[in-house]
Amino acid sequence: MSLRRRQLFKEWGLTAPSLLWLCLFFLLPTLIIFAISFKPSDPLGGVGEGWTLDTIVALRNPNYPEIIGRTLWMSVLTTVITLALSVPIAYHIARSKPWKRDLMLLLTVLPFWTSFLIRIFAWKAVLHPDGLLKKALVFCHLLSPDSLLLYRPGTVLMVMIYTELPFAILPLYAAVEKFDFGLIDAAMDLGAGKLRAYLSVFIPGIRSGLLSACLMVLIPCIGSYVIPDVVGGIDSMMIGNVIAQRTFVDRNLPHASALAAVLTMVMFLPLLYFLKGKKQEDGTATPAREVV
Amino acid sequence: MEDFLRFEGITKTYGSTVAVDNVTFSIRRGEIFSLLGPSGCGKTTLLRLLAGFEAPDSGRIILDGEDITDLSPNHRKVNTVFQNYALFPHMNVRDNIAYGLRVAKRPRAEINAEVDRMLNLIQMEAHARKKPGQISGGQKQRTAIARALIMRPRVLLLDEPLAALDLKLRQRMSLELSLIHDEVGITFMYVTHDQGEAMSLSDRIAVMNNGIIEQIGTPVEIYEAPKSSFVAAFIGDTNFFDGRICEEIDSEYCRISVPGLQHKLLCFNDKKLRRGDLVHLSIRPEKFQISLESPQVGPKHNVLQATVEDIIYQGDHTCYWVDIGNDWRISLIRQHSRFMLDEHPINWKNQVYISWLADDGFMLERYSEADEELLQAPPQSVGEIEVEEESDPTGVSEGGA
Repeated sequence: MSLRRRQLFKEWGLTAPSLLWLCLFFLLPTLIIFAISFKPSDPLGGVGEGWTLDTIVALRNPNYPEIIGRTLWMSVLTTVITLALSVPIAYHIARSKPWKRDLMLLLTVLPFWTSFLIRIFAWKAVLHPDGLLKKALVFCHLLSPDSLLLYRPGTVLMVMIYTELPFAILPLYAAVEKFDFGLIDAAMDLGAGKLRAYLSVFIPGIRSGLLSACLMVLIPCIGSYVIPDVVGGIDSMMIGNVIAQRTFVDRNLPHASALAAVLTMVMFLPLLYFLKGKKQEDGTATPAREVV
Repeated sequence: MEDFLRFEGITKTYGSTVAVDNVTFSIRRGEIFSLLGPSGCGKTTLLRLLAGFEAPDSGRIILDGEDITDLSPNHRKVNTVFQNYALFPHMNVRDNIAYGLRVAKRPRAEINAEVDRMLNLIQMEAHARKKPGQISGGQKQRTAIARALIMRPRVLLLDEPLAALDLKLRQRMSLELSLIHDEVGITFMYVTHDQGEAMSLSDRIAVMNNGIIEQIGTPVEIYEAPKSSFVAAFIGDTNFFDGRICEEIDSEYCRISVPGLQHKLLCFNDKKLRRGDLVHLSIRPEKFQISLESPQVGPKHNVLQATVEDIIYQGDHTCYWVDIGNDWRISLIRQHSRFMLDEHPINWKNQVYISWLADDGFMLERYSEADEELLQAPPQSVGEIEVEEESDPTGVSEGGA
């Protein structure tokens, strides 16, 4: 009995600090944002007295479906392309000699040594109409002088993929590294061609890594705000930009909160699905990551 | 018939290490053929070459008249039971077994019937829906065998299939393997480092060392007529005597003078060696007789006087280490086929006579001093070892190898 109690105490004692932290700085703020959604707005930019459903009604803005649709489309596209690029990269890294593997892992995380914002502005400099890249492309007749590299949905997509790549490569690397390549031998031994062997054995084998990478990319993408703001144009606005607009330009906190609440819900659903899949797999832990 | 599967001059190197060195041999249709050797001897490389996971630097592999050297693994009519089973962890037992037939796009009804037949053969019907993570080692083993057998391979390759199992299960699975072999009649190529497994399962054994085949033969030939000191020392235990022929008695027998021994050993000269030739003799421990009194033996026997240095009682037999002079220890075994408790026991430091029939010493064709390392070393601190006099039938008898 005393052993069991000590065990319980140990478990709770160890979990309590992080649980408290999450409750105070994650759960509580989220609930506050949900609550503010049901408050009237204050002309001075604050939150008014009493409760109202006005903001929820105001969400039926005719522009929103398009923006939400674009946000989802861009995020899914980013996720798919990032994963498609990351699987071969992670495979290559995991199968390399130790020194080469370490070097490539270092190169993968190297961008983190520079601030995220600076990297995005660096892209802006690279793709700028007066930038070297455009001049070089025009010089080679690969681009007409009046076309734009910057401020287009494609630009946003590219920079988002660039930003998310390491977050997909790392969990995938961890999964590939643990994968038993004897299983590929076994599949080929039983008559499967290389492609079939990889699709039927390798991909299911790194499933937990794929799911982790998927979430690590998709969720920040849905909430992305800086990238479309800096390198995107009017036609690449995402829901994060609208929330920023409502907060800083319109100074309508309840409206911004309502949008943020919708965003949270949208992100919660794939997470739920993921956790369900995870329970069966009992795979790698997903490190938490802030949404930028 | 003779050359169902033929390896011809196969060489395989990894960097500067030669894994398999110009090896040529044949496997007969329907036999259980074992590749036996210590780790790193090249046996697994040969298996991987046959399965198609590796390509030889030179040489050909001919299966039933067809040159399969350049075929990729998925086009070879051979299937493998892997050492760690390599079952697909995300598929249940049934799907694992069905995998090969599904890849081959066989009709669903046929696949189901075949899988049912296999599940029945390996007695795994009750576990068909379980994932590999939920079944025991022996069950994984059987699943891996079924998954390979369902493809009806020309040759079934088994890569140390019992190595991951505990002793009792290993003995049972070894029996089951030979039953399955009798049932399906497929040629087995069996790779192992365990001489007990190889001896009990195989029709023929190839003993490998350092990338070459030291000897191919039936288990009896390998044990009783080893060609090299490696085979003699790796399979079972033995004693080596090195000397020169000092007298050719007749066409069959000769005498050997061994440095350090007074007695000139009488030996069966099956290699037809001449006087002055160097001889390496291997005598298995169980070929010796040991007695306190001078034995009444015929003219074809050798008799040496010795001092007992160590006695290891094993229930069904006793191992003795005796000193035959100049601190030269040899090991011998006495079977207790008849044992009388009132018999005068042989004790530590007793003066004894050891004798053996000249025919029981076997001349080796090749000898390397390094192989003596493989032999059981004599116990060091002899003085402190207590001799167990009480009989303990539940005992200490070592299983297999």
